[in-house]
Amino acid sequence: MSTPRRGGRPSQSLGELELFAASPPPSRAAEPSRSRPRSARAVPPPAPRAAYVEDAIPGASPSAAVSVMALTATARDVLEGAFMPLWVRGEVSDFKAHRNGHWYFCLRDGDAQIRCVAWSRDRRIPARPDDGMQVAAFGQLSVYPARGEMQFSVTRMEAEGDGLYRKALDITRARLEADGLLDPRRKRALPRYPRRIAVITSRDGAALRDIHAVVQRRCPAVDIVLVPAAVQGDAAPESLCDALDRVARWQKADVLIIGRGGGAREDLWAFNDERVARALASCPMPTISAVGHEIDMSICDLVADVRAPTPSAAAEAAVPVQAELRERLRAFAGLFAGLSADHVARARLDASDAVLRVSDGAVRHVDRRRQNVEAGAGRLNAVSPLATLDRGYAIVRTANGRTVRSVRALRAGQEVELVFRDGAASATIDGAASPASETESSETGGPS
Amino acid sequence: MSFEQSMARLEAIASRLEDEELDLDAALALFEEGVAELRAASAYLAKAETRLKQLTEAADGVFKVTDLRA
Repeated sequence: MSTPRRGGRPSQSLGELELFAASPPPSRAAEPSRSRPRSARAVPPPAPRAAYVEDAIPGASPSAAVSVMALTATARDVLEGAFMPLWVRGEVSDFKAHRNGHWYFCLRDGDAQIRCVAWSRDRRIPARPDDGMQVAAFGQLSVYPARGEMQFSVTRMEAEGDGLYRKALDITRARLEADGLLDPRRKRALPRYPRRIAVITSRDGAALRDIHAVVQRRCPAVDIVLVPAAVQGDAAPESLCDALDRVARWQKADVLIIGRGGGAREDLWAFNDERVARALASCPMPTISAVGHEIDMSICDLVADVRAPTPSAAAEAAVPVQAELRERLRAFAGLFAGLSADHVARARLDASDAVLRVSDGAVRHVDRRRQNVEAGAGRLNAVSPLATLDRGYAIVRTANGRTVRSVRALRAGQEVELVFRDGAASATIDGAASPASETESSETGGPS
Repeated sequence: MSFEQSMARLEAIASRLEDEELDLDAALALFEEGVAELRAASAYLAKAETRLKQLTEAADGVFKVTDLRA
């Protein structure tokens, strides 16, 4: 069933083809004039010189008859020389996918048809066409010598209404769905505070630049690790699978972005590859796919934990806004200051707020800001209740170490401990009274 | 401790400090811990430049992360 490929023609015919090359153009040489055979039969053997000429022209006499192989090989050369590869429109019929991977079918319209073959290795066709499908096929007109038939070797094909692409996507989607890989319950949440983002894309594409710019702007605390891969062309699916495998084994990324910038549908096709989709689905960390533009939907988009319309949007989904995080830290600082203990002066709250304002204002200057953050932490520490002792406060504790928060916890004769900045002293309560009473308790805690 | 863990701890500390029954010693301890966590979390935010790197794998399967010029 297989046809000798171009360039793989049997060597026996070569001698005769070389003979043609030394003769008049093959089309004329292979078409002996009418008169010649008749004269060869009717008249007595021609003069030695004439016989020599007829024998020397292939096919010009019985003794110079060409082989069938030479005839079909020549016909092939003529057809292939006369026709550039071209698009042909027609209806697909008699489609058969052979075990060896090649496809055989006819293209027809009206009363005309042409046998077609699409070699498994040469074709770039997303899915098998169905009988009855209206398609445009791109290929080379040729001859199949084993049958002496004209044959169209198809390498590309497009169906009306994107039929083949839709079919290919449907098939892949159904296979992934059957394995549960599109189940919404598989979707993982993205980490809220990633430190390191892995990015699978091409090294030179716009996607990497866009992602870098967004991360730098939103959250420079996060680093980007590129895992380079080819994102278009025949090698792209395997290259993407390799990169996914590497990221999975490396395991040091908190989240993965896989994608590329916009392009023609063929350029994005690797992201519809089933192998790529499966590798993405088994990625150990949460994944974001960002393929092409807003309107481009890929199989990877269906499998990833999050689908982003563009690489920039993927970066936005991946990282928090650093300024907002700083805001939250400031809120914590304020909360602690307000809640930790009500005997600590209100000034503390203002101080902690001021501290973080200082650190916030220095965003643009790395070193300055770093110093400020340091200073901020130091000053927060300075306003803590323990540091407050430095400012002249003391804490009253009972013998078993409990802090005394109310005069009601004290009774006359009780032994207490007074904790100062630089040490503790023991004391005895002479008398204790409720705040309503006028009696002062001696040496008990509180502002002195 | 990661920033994520620091933030989670800060949340926990904040909610415990809001508990009015908390005695002062515990509050003081929590406050001290909160300050430490704040300091750790601030260190994470102190980094002001995203580093762009590239992952490469040697033939023996050892990964290397090298700087990549943007």
